[in-house]
Amino acid sequence: MSGTKKLGLRQRYEYLTRGLDWETSYQPMDKVFPYDSFEGIKIKDWSAWEDPFRLTMDSYWKFQAEKERKLYAVIDAFAQNNGQTGISDGRYANVLKLFLTGISPEEYQAHRGFAFAGRHLRGAGTRVAAQMQSIDELRHLQTQVHTISHYNKYFDGIGEFPHMHDRVWYLSVPKSFFDDARSAGPFEFMIAIGFAFEYLLTNLLFVPFMSGAAYNGDMSTVTFGFSAQSDESRHMTLGIEVIKFLLEQHPDNLPIVQKWVDKWFWRGHRLLGLVAMMMDYMLPKKVMSWKEAWDIYFVEAGGALFQDLGRYGLKMPKYADIATAEAEHISHQNWAVFYQYTHAAAFHTWMPDAEHLDWLSEKYPNTFDKYYRPRWEMWAKMEKEGKRFYNNALPQLCQTCQIPMAYTEPGNPTEICFRSTQYKGDTYHFCSDGCKDIFCDEPEKFSQAWLPVHQIFQGNCGGATVPDVLRWYNMNVGADNMDYVGSPDEKLWNEWHAEKLRQAS
Amino acid sequence: MSVVALAPGYESKVEIRDLETNFHGNILIFVHWEEHLSFCSAIAFPLPPGMPFGAFVSEVVAPHYAAHPDAANVDWSKTLWSIDGERKSPDFSASLAANGLHHKSLVRFWTPGLSGVAFS
Repeated sequence: MSGTKKLGLRQRYEYLTRGLDWETSYQPMDKVFPYDSFEGIKIKDWSAWEDPFRLTMDSYWKFQAEKERKLYAVIDAFAQNNGQTGISDGRYANVLKLFLTGISPEEYQAHRGFAFAGRHLRGAGTRVAAQMQSIDELRHLQTQVHTISHYNKYFDGIGEFPHMHDRVWYLSVPKSFFDDARSAGPFEFMIAIGFAFEYLLTNLLFVPFMSGAAYNGDMSTVTFGFSAQSDESRHMTLGIEVIKFLLEQHPDNLPIVQKWVDKWFWRGHRLLGLVAMMMDYMLPKKVMSWKEAWDIYFVEAGGALFQDLGRYGLKMPKYADIATAEAEHISHQNWAVFYQYTHAAAFHTWMPDAEHLDWLSEKYPNTFDKYYRPRWEMWAKMEKEGKRFYNNALPQLCQTCQIPMAYTEPGNPTEICFRSTQYKGDTYHFCSDGCKDIFCDEPEKFSQAWLPVHQIFQGNCGGATVPDVLRWYNMNVGADNMDYVGSPDEKLWNEWHAEKLRQAS
Repeated sequence: MSVVALAPGYESKVEIRDLETNFHGNILIFVHWEEHLSFCSAIAFPLPPGMPFGAFVSEVVAPHYAAHPDAANVDWSKTLWSIDGERKSPDFSASLAANGLHHKSLVRFWTPGLSGVAFS
């Protein structure tokens, strides 16, 4: 043998990144990296970037390949054993529909965004970390699509997910969130997705979906959750590293970073309202309430984080108190939106049964019986009388978050919160002060928003009637949309259930 | 504040997406029945600015709120109106435009004595 010695992890990482931050000589560096200075962020020393993982490509491939082998073995076993018949209830499939149409395409957007950041930030450590996260995000999309494709053989509302993501009214909420982040500069993207989303709010997205899957017998989804988990811890490290790095590099960075943290916290809070609704209304077996999750993962964990970041001068995000107060309301308010627009949603809705109502009363003692139970009981009564409640008009949307303006005034849950401003002679409407502030900071950007309702009226969505628009969404009317009760999903589930009972007897 | 952009003169390239001219002669009107949160948000309509306010009430507002149990008992002569944040007594025979409504105006109304089931 020759004298080649095996290299340690640290040395291998040094070889991996060696020379990646070379100084260009034919072209000025600022021309090669045009995006990393216009946002006003000042970096004195890129080499101060610390990558605690120091993952090299060979160990990255090895790790990922091992996880994939396990995941695909579980997916195969799940299919062979007809795992879909063992979930808690047919209603559970709607959680997967929401995930696949609303979250998985954002994994892809994150993949694109991190690839961009990996190209356009000039520090070697930053580039390697962003590129690996970019590959991770693509892998997450792929494993999610593969896992959920098994359910697509049996349940409606799954097969058209990329088409729907680009067109359906409520999916413009996550889509525009990522479009906003990806059309910002690379530093804002890193704070938006790397820090606010992947660090501050990630537990409020993945824990509910993955523990929800575990509680409801969906072992294949639990496994893709596990497969993504070790990546997520790397992403969280990148998210916290980027914010510390920016704040340590130059004091002028603080106000810019604070503004981004404020903006992306609020945008994230609005987006996670979909998760809130999923937890409180869509999981047949509940994990915990949204309010409990918010208290643990934002109030406690987020509070400790901002105490830690306080040494850099960073403060709690603006309107964090409002968001915490809203945790008592948003799941109910969002479910009300989808219940009355069930004809235009690609998943099924239902009114909670008596046991579910009592769970909600117990989890929301300050608000549920007073503000929401009467509405649910009225709607259930109307349903029974054959007058199921629908909203037959299109909703007013918030210019920033694009959600129907269904949220109530801080401190008054009986009145809708209306905010507006003027820009170049036109009026713009918002659901909250948080969304209004974001618009007013960059009206040039948000006045270009593609609001689904306004696009329908302008004639850009397949026609003037609801059936025209649903056809343009590729929605299979009568199967993908409307209530769970009476749906083909319910019929199939009941058949499976009857078959199981027959075999058991 | 204005946008921080890479391209010089970004502002001049902005195409505002919801200009009145994009709505084929209509203006966008938002309307909301207060104290009736069964309707999750205000609702939106593209309407000709020359439409009489009375026709707006009888042909647009009333039918779209008809599903609510309170709807049959609404007395439109006693309804309280707010247009873009100001209390108004609209002239039902005059047009939307003559009543001060413009593109993206918000109309809120209260029906005294009717506040749904616990505001729902």
